[in-house]
Amino acid sequence: MNQREPYIIFDDVSYRYPRTRRYALKHLDLTIYKGEFVTVLGENGAGKSTFCQTLNGVAPHSRGGRMRGRITVGGLDTQETTVAELAQKVGIVLEDPETQLFTTSVLSEVAFGPENVGIDPQEILRRAEWALEVVRLTGYEDRAPTALSGGQKQRLAIAAALAMRPAVLALDEATSQLDPIGTVEVFSVIRELNEQYGMTIVMATDKGEEVAQFADRVLVLHEGELVAQGTPREIFADTGLLERVMIRAPQVSQLAIYLQERDTPLADFPITVDEAGRGIVQLIGGAN
Amino acid sequence: MNHDDIAIAIENLEYVYQPHNVKAVNGISFSVRWGEFVGIIGQNGAGKTTVLKNILGLLTPTSGRIIVDGVDTRQTTVADLATRVGFVLQNPDQQLFAQTVEEEIAFGPRNLMLSEVDIQERVEEVIALTGLDQFREEFPPALSKGDRAKVVIASVLAMRPKIIILDEPTTGQDYKGCHQIMQIAHRLHEEGRTVLVVTHHMALVAEYTERTVVLCQGGILLDDATDVVFSQPETLRQTHVAPPQITQLAQALPRELGLPANALTVPQLGDSILSGGHT
Repeated sequence: MNQREPYIIFDDVSYRYPRTRRYALKHLDLTIYKGEFVTVLGENGAGKSTFCQTLNGVAPHSRGGRMRGRITVGGLDTQETTVAELAQKVGIVLEDPETQLFTTSVLSEVAFGPENVGIDPQEILRRAEWALEVVRLTGYEDRAPTALSGGQKQRLAIAAALAMRPAVLALDEATSQLDPIGTVEVFSVIRELNEQYGMTIVMATDKGEEVAQFADRVLVLHEGELVAQGTPREIFADTGLLERVMIRAPQVSQLAIYLQERDTPLADFPITVDEAGRGIVQLIGGAN
Repeated sequence: MNHDDIAIAIENLEYVYQPHNVKAVNGISFSVRWGEFVGIIGQNGAGKTTVLKNILGLLTPTSGRIIVDGVDTRQTTVADLATRVGFVLQNPDQQLFAQTVEEEIAFGPRNLMLSEVDIQERVEEVIALTGLDQFREEFPPALSKGDRAKVVIASVLAMRPKIIILDEPTTGQDYKGCHQIMQIAHRLHEEGRTVLVVTHHMALVAEYTERTVVLCQGGILLDDATDVVFSQPETLRQTHVAPPQITQLAQALPRELGLPANALTVPQLGDSILSGGHT
């Protein structure tokens, strides 16, 4: 990335929900660049979902509560822009797909967003078919969303967001119910969209192994504060951080830390299976 | 088959959803012995939840039958089965409704017409087991997601079921929450309870269960000791499952290093490396 264009800017943002004194987000200062793939890690209650919901203005517009500081997305101040307007820039996929699906067929679910912004019917159909293909739901067009399995519902919610071709796609634990290979597939698809269309990705997740493989940068939230940010390798190698904040590092990184704590570090800190394999061969193979 | 040591016997279970005539389970058979800790895994739509619902009597087999604790699910009520099998749903919020944690836990036993003394004894027992003591007066929906899940588990355990089924109990839980829930499941198993857990978290299956049943498109793909199941990555791929990352690493390492080819946990592989391989 040579010319990095700041796209999402948090300027000293604090936010609290109505009827509570506790801030869900505290003094966030950060920039997300156009075309970046950013993941948000943190324990339950760290503020990850709230963070995602500030991007399309749902917090504070629909949630109420009080926001201080300023968030701009693609130059729009989220507090001065309606959710409807922001929704054309930011697609959001929620954690529980049941809260998001409401039509009677898979096809109409995916078409709903584009229909509401007055896109040409032929184009709506093309986009819907494309989005369903991307999430591997082709053939399910006439099924009722309620008749899908949990994982299929999650894929459908992602397709519905994709059909809007948003500049930013925010995903809140959107792969939590997917099987292991399905999870990798969704991450790959999102990486492809990110690379092909320059779609900016903000993804709250706890899947450390996929984060290591696919993300450019990790933000770590803890009790509403941004306590660390860096590449996946910087984050997963930070043993002090991992002790303070319970986030799931890839198992190969956990292994490296296990060995390190027993005075047998690998030469280079691994975050993928290949890297760990090379390190172990060097460690044992070299000694034999 | 000797039914005395069988907790759940599934015999040629077939289930077809109407009105679209979708066959979700395709004539499968397997048994769970008393005291086993079994993982059930498989791709989305493989039929995992459908099998569970048939065990609980929430669905009636299209054909075949299920014997739970000696009783044919078709010939008894959901209420009767609920005293034999405790069920923890994926989303704790679909299962919580009382004003305090204590009341939530006492609700099940109260419906069994037990005396107040007996109810209180059960409440104390499960509060201790799940570590909820500090929350007993709290409003359940106000607790963290991990603690809400524990309240649901405690409520189910208060019924003292011999069999406990957890349907994706760790979905949406953070790292700490996942391990706390699995620790409770582990303790129940050690106490001699029969535990079934459906999950997509392969690292947890590897760490905690002794046997794994793998479903694929309504059929059984594998049913074996967990380490044997994860030693077959190519077969697992058919149902969109991959072994835990640590096992993938162990499998990818050159065999001449002498490290266990199918290590299931980080400490297992770590300790072998520390002892220089050739273990």
